[in-house]
Amino acid sequence: MADNSYDAIVVGSGISGGWAAKELTEKGLKVLLLERGQNVEHVKDYKTATQAPWEVPHRGRRTVEMTENHPNLRRDYVLNEQNLDWWAHEKDSPYVEKKPFTWFRGYQVGGRSLLWGRQSYRLGDIDFEANLKEGIAVDWPVRYKDLAPWYSYVEKFAGISGNKDGLDQLPDGDFQPPMPLNCVEKDVAERVKKAFDGKRLVTIGRVANLTQPLEGRVQCQFRNKCWLGCPFGGYFSTQSSTLPAAMKTGNLTLRPWSIVTKLIYDKDTKKATGVEVLDAETNETYEFNSKIVFLCASAFNSTAILMRSATDIWPDGLGSSSGELGHNVMDHHFRTGANGIMEGYEDKYYFGRRPNGVYIPRFRNVNGDQRDYIRGFGYQGAASRSGWSRNVAEMNFGAQLKEALSEPGPWSMGITGFGEILPYHENTIKLSKDVKDKWGLSVLEMNAEIKDNEKKMRVDMMNDAAEMLEAAGLKNVNTFDAGYTFGQGIHEMGTARMGREPKTSVLNGNNQVWDAKNVFVTDGACMTSAAAQNPSLTYMALTARAADFAVNELKKGNL
Amino acid sequence: MAMNRRDALKSVALMMGGAMVGANVILTGCAPEDQIVGLDFSPKDIAFLDEIGEAIIPTTDTPGAKATEIGEFMVMMVKDTYNGEQQQTFVDGINYIRKDFKDTTGKDFMDVSVEERTSYLNDLKSKLSESEDIKEAAVIGMLQDLTVLGYFTSEIGATQQLRYYEAPGRYDPCIDYNPGDKAYAI
Repeated sequence: MADNSYDAIVVGSGISGGWAAKELTEKGLKVLLLERGQNVEHVKDYKTATQAPWEVPHRGRRTVEMTENHPNLRRDYVLNEQNLDWWAHEKDSPYVEKKPFTWFRGYQVGGRSLLWGRQSYRLGDIDFEANLKEGIAVDWPVRYKDLAPWYSYVEKFAGISGNKDGLDQLPDGDFQPPMPLNCVEKDVAERVKKAFDGKRLVTIGRVANLTQPLEGRVQCQFRNKCWLGCPFGGYFSTQSSTLPAAMKTGNLTLRPWSIVTKLIYDKDTKKATGVEVLDAETNETYEFNSKIVFLCASAFNSTAILMRSATDIWPDGLGSSSGELGHNVMDHHFRTGANGIMEGYEDKYYFGRRPNGVYIPRFRNVNGDQRDYIRGFGYQGAASRSGWSRNVAEMNFGAQLKEALSEPGPWSMGITGFGEILPYHENTIKLSKDVKDKWGLSVLEMNAEIKDNEKKMRVDMMNDAAEMLEAAGLKNVNTFDAGYTFGQGIHEMGTARMGREPKTSVLNGNNQVWDAKNVFVTDGACMTSAAAQNPSLTYMALTARAADFAVNELKKGNL
Repeated sequence: MAMNRRDALKSVALMMGGAMVGANVILTGCAPEDQIVGLDFSPKDIAFLDEIGEAIIPTTDTPGAKATEIGEFMVMMVKDTYNGEQQQTFVDGINYIRKDFKDTTGKDFMDVSVEERTSYLNDLKSKLSESEDIKEAAVIGMLQDLTVLGYFTSEIGATQQLRYYEAPGRYDPCIDYNPGDKAYAI
C-alpha cells in the first residue's frame, strides 16, 4: 500500500466520525481518520476536568476580553473559560449570517462528542413516516425497523442509561439502568400522570452516561463536569469509546490539523478517489486516496466539502444535481417553557451532581391529539434546590447572610421545550463568494428561519409547560420565551438529505451520495426530517449501519 | 445542552445545553477597548476591600472573606470582567464609601470594628434601596456579588462553610435534610 492510500477515509472525528472509524477498522479496513483541529488525548488533555472551583480564575464568569473576542460564542453558555479551546473560534473560522444564525462548532479530535448534552433518544416510525403522511419535503428512505437493530448495537457500546417507558412515539432501547428522579421530580411525575390521564409522562432522561462500567470506562461519578472531558470515561465521547476501539485494531491512522478541502472525483468511474487535505498548521496540501470516503465533518461542513467537490462537472458541487444540496437546514427550536417553586420538600435534599434531568416525551399530535400545527416537541428539565448564588438582595450583610447562603434554598423546577423544525427547501447554507476563513476557504452563508408551524408550536411549548407544572403543584409558575436563534439548539441537520430519488435527495437509503456511491455522509447532514428528539444517537445508528453496508459492498466488488 | 442558559432557565440545572462575523473584522487579543487602562489598586486599596468583604461575610466559627484574600479577588474581577462604566462605578463607589464613612462617623473605616463596618454598609444598602440619588452607592451590589462569589468558590468557603465533593461517585435522589446542614459547594 502506498503511503497515502487507505481502504477508507473518514472525515471528522466527532460522534459520527468516531463511529465510522471504529466500525470500518473493526471490519478490517485500513482507515485514515482526518480531523481539522488539534489532537485531544483522553484524560491527558482534559486540563480543567479536575479543577476545584477556586482554581477557575474567574470562577466561571466571562472576561470582557472573552466577550469581545467571541461575538458568536458569547450568545450562549458555550463561552466559558474552562473549555474555550474546544469551541471553534470565529476569528479563524467565520461565517456569514444572511439571517441570524448561531453556529457552535468543535474543531478538535472528538469534535462535539466532548461537549455534547448526551441526551440519547431513538426516532420512531411516527418520525420516519411523517414527511410521507403529511406531504412534507420527501419521504425518509428508511423506517424504524431498518434502524432498530442498529440503535440497539450503538446503545450497548456507547452505554445509554435510561428507563423503558413503553411509548410508541419514543421507542425503548437497550439501556443501562436509569438514573433516579429526585423526590420533587418523582412527585411531579406522579401528579402529571394523574392530571393528564397518563397521556403525559415525566421520566428520567436517557443519557450517554454510564450507570454501569464498560470496557475501559468507569461509571458516571456524578461530578457534572462532562464538558471538560471525563477522566473516568463516564460519558460517551470519541475519546472514551470509539477511538480506543478503533486504535485497538491497529488499522487506524489519525491525522489532526487536516482540513479536507474537497473530494477528488473521477468522472469516468463516478466515484471519489480520495480527498485533498490542507494542513492547518503548515498550509501545505496533500492528497490521500481510498476506496471509500465517509463524510462526518458535522452537518454543514460535510455539505461544504461536497459543494467544493467535482465543481468541473457540477458547478454547485457533488450532490447538487438533486437541487437539494445545502437546502432544508434544520435544528431544534427551544428556550421556551416554564418554571416554578415547589413547597413542602424543605426536609429533603439529594447527594451528587446528576448530569441529567427529566424528559417529557412528545404528547402533541400523537394518540389522537390534534393541534393547529404539525409535529411536536419534548421537554427537558430538572428540579433542584438553589445554592449560595441565589438572590438575597434584601438580606443584611454579616453573619446572617453568611449562614443563610450556606444552607440550600428552595426547591424549584423548570422545563424547556425542544421542538421539531420542518425541512424547508428555502432554508439554506451556501458558500460565500467573498468571505474566506484563515486558510483561504470560502466560508458558509446561513439563510434560515423558523416559520409559522414552529411559531405556533412555541405557544404550546410555553403554555403546556406551565399547565403541567401547575397541575404538579408548583407555585409561582412563570412562563418564559427567551427567544430562539436558528442554530442555537446545536443540532444542525439537513443540507444533504437522504431520500428515495436522486432527483430530490443527495443521499440514498444507505447514506451513499447518489452521484458518487463510494462517498457516504452519515452525520446530521443526512437527516430528512428533524423529529423532536436529540439527534446524535440516530447519527451513531445510521453510521454503523452505513459502515456495515459499505464493507459488504466492497467485498462484493460493488464500490 | 443547557448548562448555563441564564435568566429564566437559571433554576433549571439541566443537561448540562447578530451581526455578520466577517473575515475582514480584525479581532485583536489585546486589552479591550471599553475598559479603564491602568486601573490601579494600591495595597492599601486591597486592604480596604478585604475589610469590606469581611464586613459582608465575617469570621464566625469559620473564617470570613478576608481570609480568602477577597480584596485581591475583587480587584482581579473588576479589571477582567467589568466594562469601563462598571469599573468607574466601582472606583467611584469605593472612594465614596471611604469619604462618606469619615464624614458621617468621624473615623477611618480601617480603624473601626467589623461590626461597625457591617452596620455602616447595611445602612448604605438600605439608603440605596430607598433612593437612587446616591449614585455611588450602586457599588454595594457589586461588593455583595463579588464577595459572595469569591467567598463561596474559595477553598475556605467551599470546604469549610459548604460541603465540597470533587467526585460524589453516586446520586442519592432523596435524602433527609436537617436545618443547619450545609449546602453543596457545587
